[in-house]
Amino acid sequence: MSRPVIAPKHARALAQGLGWFSIGLGVAEVLMPHRVTRATGLHGHERLVASYGVREIATGIGLLTSRDPTPWLWGRVGGDALDIGTLAAGLRPANRDRERSGAALLAVLGVAALDLVCVLALKPSRRPPLPLADYRRRSGLPQPPGAMRGAASDFVVPADMRTPPALRWPAEAR
Amino acid sequence: MRALCWHGKQDIRCDTVPDPKIEHPRDAIIKVTSCAICGSDLHLYDNFMPGMENGDIMGHETMGIVEEVGSEVSNLKKGDRVVIPFTIFCGECDQCRRGNFSVCERSNRNKSLADKVFGHTTAGLFGYTHLTGGYPGGQAEYLRVPFADRTHIKVPGGIPDETLLFLSDIFPTGWQAAVQCDIQPDDTVAIWGCGPVGQFAIRSALLLGAKQVIAIDRVPERLAMAEAGGATVIDFSKESVVERLNELTRGKGPEKCIDCVGLEAHATATIDSMYDRAKQAVMLETDRPHVLREMMYVCRPAGVLSIPGVYGGLLDKVPFGMAMNKGLTFRMGQTHVNRWTDDLLRRIEQGQIDPSFVITHTVGLAEGPNMYKTFRDKLDGCIKVVLKP
Repeated sequence: MSRPVIAPKHARALAQGLGWFSIGLGVAEVLMPHRVTRATGLHGHERLVASYGVREIATGIGLLTSRDPTPWLWGRVGGDALDIGTLAAGLRPANRDRERSGAALLAVLGVAALDLVCVLALKPSRRPPLPLADYRRRSGLPQPPGAMRGAASDFVVPADMRTPPALRWPAEAR
Repeated sequence: MRALCWHGKQDIRCDTVPDPKIEHPRDAIIKVTSCAICGSDLHLYDNFMPGMENGDIMGHETMGIVEEVGSEVSNLKKGDRVVIPFTIFCGECDQCRRGNFSVCERSNRNKSLADKVFGHTTAGLFGYTHLTGGYPGGQAEYLRVPFADRTHIKVPGGIPDETLLFLSDIFPTGWQAAVQCDIQPDDTVAIWGCGPVGQFAIRSALLLGAKQVIAIDRVPERLAMAEAGGATVIDFSKESVVERLNELTRGKGPEKCIDCVGLEAHATATIDSMYDRAKQAVMLETDRPHVLREMMYVCRPAGVLSIPGVYGGLLDKVPFGMAMNKGLTFRMGQTHVNRWTDDLLRRIEQGQIDPSFVITHTVGLAEGPNMYKTFRDKLDGCIKVVLKP
């Protein structure tokens, strides 16, 4: 099996960085869609860019908050594909800002490569656990649980941990 | 000597460090024969607990052989076999005289720091934050034990380490969690979390006579082990905890609830945990108190909430008004280990319970850093890791 380009520990740090990058880019796309479309040669697609911004923010929060960032990283890879498709459309000859679209496309390809490197490095190498039957045999008790119920009833609960009679069930007869 | 040292978030290394020495006449040095990774070590691993420093030695579940004693330790000698409780205690202060060893007033050498943060100091703990003394821990070849004339459990030969080791923490912690509930024969005890402490809380509740023990988790092997201990299980990833608890208690709710999860409740299982995780990420909250919220909601009015799960700091959106109106009793705290260990050692010797059931992995110290990740991510069916230095 081929080894990932970076160690899982560094991939986790990279995933956190990508999370913050997502949020930063998303906020820019939502709050300043005109500037983003101007910079990327996508005039007239402000609504689309703002919706991409919402996607970026959601993905960023997911990356920063989940213990396993892998599904969110795959989400980013999917988002990269959308971005690439959108920017590729901006390369058509009729677009006079196609050079900007081309530069943005190169940048997205670079980030997509980072996303892929990160998600592949985090691919878990999970050995199968013991059969569940093995855990079902681990009672720690010398007899079946039903027979052990109350076996420690000789224990006297200390006064500071006793429940007052009024809070006990069943209620004591008055 | 070799020891597992903390170097930052998710960065534990097996380092070579100086051997410990007697620093005080009440100290002892023990040669560690077995130690374990505890669930609360994971809070340090994930950097949720403030006050760790680069190079701190981890570990607070330790046993071994006495190597050397200070001049004032008259009840231990070289060669004695001991389990070391995770709480360091003097045995003489007001709290120790009451048996409240986990809030010993003298064993925290960073008392002034703890006074500022907690209001008043708690006991010193091995291998934990500097708020609790920053004492080097026992995931190492040797351990210095302060106040060693009190901070030990002398154990006999002839019983394997694996059966005795957990007297250091998780067995008395699960036991205290159940004792705090003052279990009555008609009680239903609901236990959140089937990790090692949860497993011992389940068996303790059963041995103390609960009519019904219900265990809540989502990891299949942990649920299977909970069933083996006599619990009715709820897989919270497949069914509603609230609905199932109401079904199992005929709509009344469990009389006693035990939180064996603490500050790192599963981050993506519920909306409120996702909210907590987002707030944690931007440092607006330190803990994810989903289990506390759920316990307050489902517990029968006038019931008891027992909280052995570790919390670190600030909790948000805890429905305290609900708890107040339902008249719930809260009992919590770090475990007063030695308050229970004579009795628990007797029960082990009598064969009432064999705590080694919980061990799934036994490895050398050098494998420790990898096992932190395996344990934290619940990979490879991992429930409890024992390290052999």
